[in-house]
Amino acid sequence: MDEKTISLPFLKERTLAKITAIDGGMNVQRRLHALGIHTGKTVKIKTKQPFRGPLTIEVCGSQMTIGRGMAHKIQVEVIE
Amino acid sequence: MNKKIVLMGNPNVGKSVVFSRLTGAQVISSNYPGTTVDFSKGMMKIGDQHYDIIDAPGTYSLEPSNKAENVASDILKQADIVINVIDATNLERNLYLSLELLEQDIPVIIVLNMWDETKHLGIHIDNKKLQETLKVPVIPLVALTGEGIKDLVDHIQEVKPTKEIRPTSEEGRWIEIGHIIKKTSYLEHRHHTLRDRISDITIKPLTGLPIAIGIIFFAFWIVRTIGETLITYLFDPLFENGYRPLVTAFAETLPDDFLYHFLISQTYGEIDFVESLGMITTGFYVPIAMVLPYIIAFYFILSILEDTGYLPRLATLVDNIFHKLGMHGYGIVPVFLGLGCNVPGMLATRALETRKQRFIAATLLSISVPCVAQTSLIFAMFSDEKIKGTLSFSPIIYILMVFSTLLILYFIVGYILNRFVKGESPEIFLEIPNYRKPHMKTTLKKTWMRIKWFLKDAIPWMFFGVFLINLLYSFGVIGYLANLFQPIMTTLFGLPGETSIVLISGFLRKDLAVGTLLSFPAGTFSALQLVIIATMLTMFFPCIATFVVMIKELGIPDMIRSALIMITTATIVGIILRIILIGF
Repeated sequence: MDEKTISLPFLKERTLAKITAIDGGMNVQRRLHALGIHTGKTVKIKTKQPFRGPLTIEVCGSQMTIGRGMAHKIQVEVIE
Repeated sequence: MNKKIVLMGNPNVGKSVVFSRLTGAQVISSNYPGTTVDFSKGMMKIGDQHYDIIDAPGTYSLEPSNKAENVASDILKQADIVINVIDATNLERNLYLSLELLEQDIPVIIVLNMWDETKHLGIHIDNKKLQETLKVPVIPLVALTGEGIKDLVDHIQEVKPTKEIRPTSEEGRWIEIGHIIKKTSYLEHRHHTLRDRISDITIKPLTGLPIAIGIIFFAFWIVRTIGETLITYLFDPLFENGYRPLVTAFAETLPDDFLYHFLISQTYGEIDFVESLGMITTGFYVPIAMVLPYIIAFYFILSILEDTGYLPRLATLVDNIFHKLGMHGYGIVPVFLGLGCNVPGMLATRALETRKQRFIAATLLSISVPCVAQTSLIFAMFSDEKIKGTLSFSPIIYILMVFSTLLILYFIVGYILNRFVKGESPEIFLEIPNYRKPHMKTTLKKTWMRIKWFLKDAIPWMFFGVFLINLLYSFGVIGYLANLFQPIMTTLFGLPGETSIVLISGFLRKDLAVGTLLSFPAGTFSALQLVIIATMLTMFFPCIATFVVMIKELGIPDMIRSALIMITTATIVGIILRIILIGF
């Protein structure tokens, strides 16, 4: 695995990153895809709620809140 | 045969607004996903052809992930024509469902709603090119103002299925969407606007939580102020100066005691609108002069909260807490709606994904979320002249006792249910819409619709309830029941047997129950007993309207479980309160 690849919750707020892979079963994949979250898209974290709370992210110009568990399944690479 | 047109689209794209525009029917729409959880049906006529129009709940794809989305994919099966409503500011994500729809052998019209917003956001979409690419009509529209509706109607008669889009895999669809987006739209670079900044500070925990607490307190304060003002300056004068002379004159024309008791009052002398328990006195006064003003105030404020798009942000902020209760942040939405009336609150639980989440949300709603009718009567009860004399503290202390008990219970019971109810609690997965300035006309219209529902529902039940209680009185059943339950009520809760009547009438309407409570002679209950009764009245069982919806939502086996939890919790809490407040 590329060293620059991290899972989404480790991405700093306001840093632009590119989604490199989405792990997890069909169900997770489908739900994320339906909201436009898929490999190759750029993503930015708007805010992280404390105590392992959800992340609010921005993908394709729209914002959504997703649980931390689901966010861990999204692998991203920081865009320099 | 009428042709069936189904409106399909992602959540929160404005399908319901398009629906109202087409049919003239009024439906509730808001700025958060999941306002429509069931379908609404309307009709329209173009030329000689009649059409049934069906407004489906929002769905991201044709493979459903919650109950509301299930409803949507079922409705699609009956469609002759599909109007696919798209949020134009979010073209890429919305196109997934569009492609799925176009793969079916049904005529589809695509509507690019919120067309005006794309310009503010620097999004350029070539709708002509999109139409050429997809080979179906693509119509830009602003549903809120009605711009473009005529164009849509003109296309309904001629639309045919497209053979352009062949069924493919999920991956294939996204690749296709990539091509389409590249060909038909581009995004201008845009600076951070004030709206973005407000969006940021209301969702970041450090600033968002204090703001949330502020907004909630402010909202309640406004509701109380508007409600009280309406009562003092409008409804009370109306009843005292307008209605009282009429009723008094009418009462004198009544030939016998029997009718007088039913219609006017149990007692003679000056009519007391609250305590008299007459059908045309209490039956009107309680719902109209005591509850309605707060209904108006509550739904006005709720509509504003809904239409700005604040609720999904609040859901994000409270997600953590709601996880401990076996739900996720969206669980706050049924609570907010339930504070108005438990019935729409119950319906809103459908947007939660699993049975476990819905069961917990519905049970907690029923146990510890009082509706406006009940809340306003609890406030009124402790400020009532007859009761006031028996209080050792200011009324607000007693009111706080009731509501803080209910609030604490929401967390405790939720925490316990999360441990014991089997099933999954998936994580939150919620779109955060852009903030929108509420459209005053739409907000007022929505408030009015909800007021109408209240009046249609409340007045007949109140009438029936008052009638029934009078009937029971005249046959001596009330006294019989009071005696029958006396041992239980006294041993367990330290309450007089009359309490059973209050709890039973709570099944009809909770405000009726408080009315019944007040009709007992002064001194029947002490102030602390009233605290226990008001708390138990909320908890022990839902009113009949809520009960019916609960059965529909949960099914009978789960409803029985839920009811057992309610009764058990109410009993335990009643005993604990008795020990704390009254002693043995």
